[in-house]
Amino acid sequence: MDTTRFTQVDPTTWRLEPSGAMRVPVLIYADERLVSEMDDKVIAQATNVATLPGIVRGSYVMPDGHWGYGFPIGGVAAFDPDHGGVVSAGGVGFDISCGVRTMLTGLSVSDILPKQKELADSLFRQIPAGVGSTGAITLDAIEMEEMLAGGAQWAVARGWGDEADLDRIEEAGRMTGAQPDCVSDRAKERQREEMGTLGSGNHYLEVQAVAEIFDPVVANVFGIAKDGVVVTIHCGSRGLGHQIGSEFLKEMVMTAGESGIVLPDRELACAPINSEVGQRYLGAMRAATNCALANREILGHYARRVFTHFFPNAELPILFDVSHNTCKVETHIVEGKQRELFVHRKGATRAFGPGHASLPAALRLVGQPVLIGGSMGTSSYILVGDARSEAQAFSSACHGAGRAMSRHAALRQWSGRKIVDELAAQGILIRSPSSRGVAEEAPGAYKDVGAVVAAAERAGLARRVARLRPLICVKG
Amino acid sequence: MSSDQSSQRIAVDRWEHFAHDADIGIRGWGSTPAEAFEQAARALTAVVTQATVVPRAEVGVSCSAPDLELLLVEWLNAIIYEMAVRRMLFGQFVVQIEKGQLKGTLRGEPVDIARHAPAAEPKGATYTSLKVAQGVDGLWSAACVVDV
Repeated sequence: MDTTRFTQVDPTTWRLEPSGAMRVPVLIYADERLVSEMDDKVIAQATNVATLPGIVRGSYVMPDGHWGYGFPIGGVAAFDPDHGGVVSAGGVGFDISCGVRTMLTGLSVSDILPKQKELADSLFRQIPAGVGSTGAITLDAIEMEEMLAGGAQWAVARGWGDEADLDRIEEAGRMTGAQPDCVSDRAKERQREEMGTLGSGNHYLEVQAVAEIFDPVVANVFGIAKDGVVVTIHCGSRGLGHQIGSEFLKEMVMTAGESGIVLPDRELACAPINSEVGQRYLGAMRAATNCALANREILGHYARRVFTHFFPNAELPILFDVSHNTCKVETHIVEGKQRELFVHRKGATRAFGPGHASLPAALRLVGQPVLIGGSMGTSSYILVGDARSEAQAFSSACHGAGRAMSRHAALRQWSGRKIVDELAAQGILIRSPSSRGVAEEAPGAYKDVGAVVAAAERAGLARRVARLRPLICVKG
Repeated sequence: MSSDQSSQRIAVDRWEHFAHDADIGIRGWGSTPAEAFEQAARALTAVVTQATVVPRAEVGVSCSAPDLELLLVEWLNAIIYEMAVRRMLFGQFVVQIEKGQLKGTLRGEPVDIARHAPAAEPKGATYTSLKVAQGVDGLWSAACVVDV
């Protein structure tokens, strides 16, 4: 990326003043190397976001920012409904409420190693993953409505999960304001047999070892210690969210003009929050959020079932479950005034600092766990919300490594089988139905997640607590 | 015999993938927009599998949009929908376009995980790098990025 147009405010803040149709500045949080490696399209997209009506304070890009759809991936933008603010289907993305949950096992690496292979095989059998896989759950019309309204609370009530889980899931496991009747029949049909499935692409279930502790005090509050083992699940709202995203993208492209919105890029499709389309999208998007929360709860339940088979005393409580493709109503202080804003995070993680009222009592003193997925076979990180992030980017942080190389280029460079063998030699067992899928997700095709989280910490977005290394990775 | 001949005729490769940071672009060519759409659909299937998809069953779809570019996205999303709810892959496509209305026939078979080894699941066709246009050589191209 050409940084000459930017002012470097400090080592990790790059500012582009508003010009032309931009209403606010663009602010990129990254170190010099990460910025220089970002695609020029990231600037173009962040600049486009800055032109949208009702945007407040800035169009932000996280350290893992890369070329997305309309919004950059790693983009954060807040909109005020009282100032013509918009909600954007493109700003949330196709995989609505895609996110990460991490569960503690109470086990150590030495407990896992003797059973690592059997555990990997069992998880691969029990967690439906990849194209053509079907879950064991089929929802009829009534259960579909209940699931879309109830989220993880619905899953727990049906026996897939524990009551105690809800405290550790954003929105206590149930997004309010969901309107199942705003979800099309086609979206519901796509989800009918997909509950409890992992999906494919970069979605995964990993068994991970705690490799390094950066902040022992917070780690202790989180219940993690070196050589401990956790289970992390990365997935979203499956077919239902994708269908809602596609349908509203089209509708918002076609109706934007009527609302007087000029779209610099069709993928930025949006509608005024205070419009019929905007409200209908919010109702459907929140229902899809519940679908994602329910799905991760069910997958977590499956993981528990497998672990209990191998380790009868293992309980797997949740550390946290947080989404990174969202639009949420939040209260923020802007220029001394409290305002209710619709915060879009597209490939960005909410990162509330210490004391935030929405956090469960056990975490409130230290801040929210911010879960950063690495690529297959590389490190993942657990961060904690930093109070400074509120002023930086409405309490947001990065979400992952971000691709350094296209799937296309990855396929030319690697063979899936070779990667599986090489990782196995390093003690990392990969289980996937597709060798080509493994090659496309090759560790080398992603940026260095370590550099991303270091930059996030330096920029005051979130602080590092622990680094995780994979022991088992199940992917679709 | 006749179905073999027709599958050979349809199997001429006039499609490609192109790079996107996070996902993958698909592009098809043809002497008409409809043919370019058929080829783009083949490129979509190739995102999922490189194995042969046998045309055992047929599914009809229809969609509409105010312009050809939005229609391409609708067409690809219609295929993605049928792939998802039927758990099928499609290898042959026939498209007719008239006044913004598209009627399509998809021929394929249920996903066989062992044989097709599906690599990725398309989530939706996007408006990124979306272009349907006639080149100077008269050939139509139809392209967009698919979110996987």
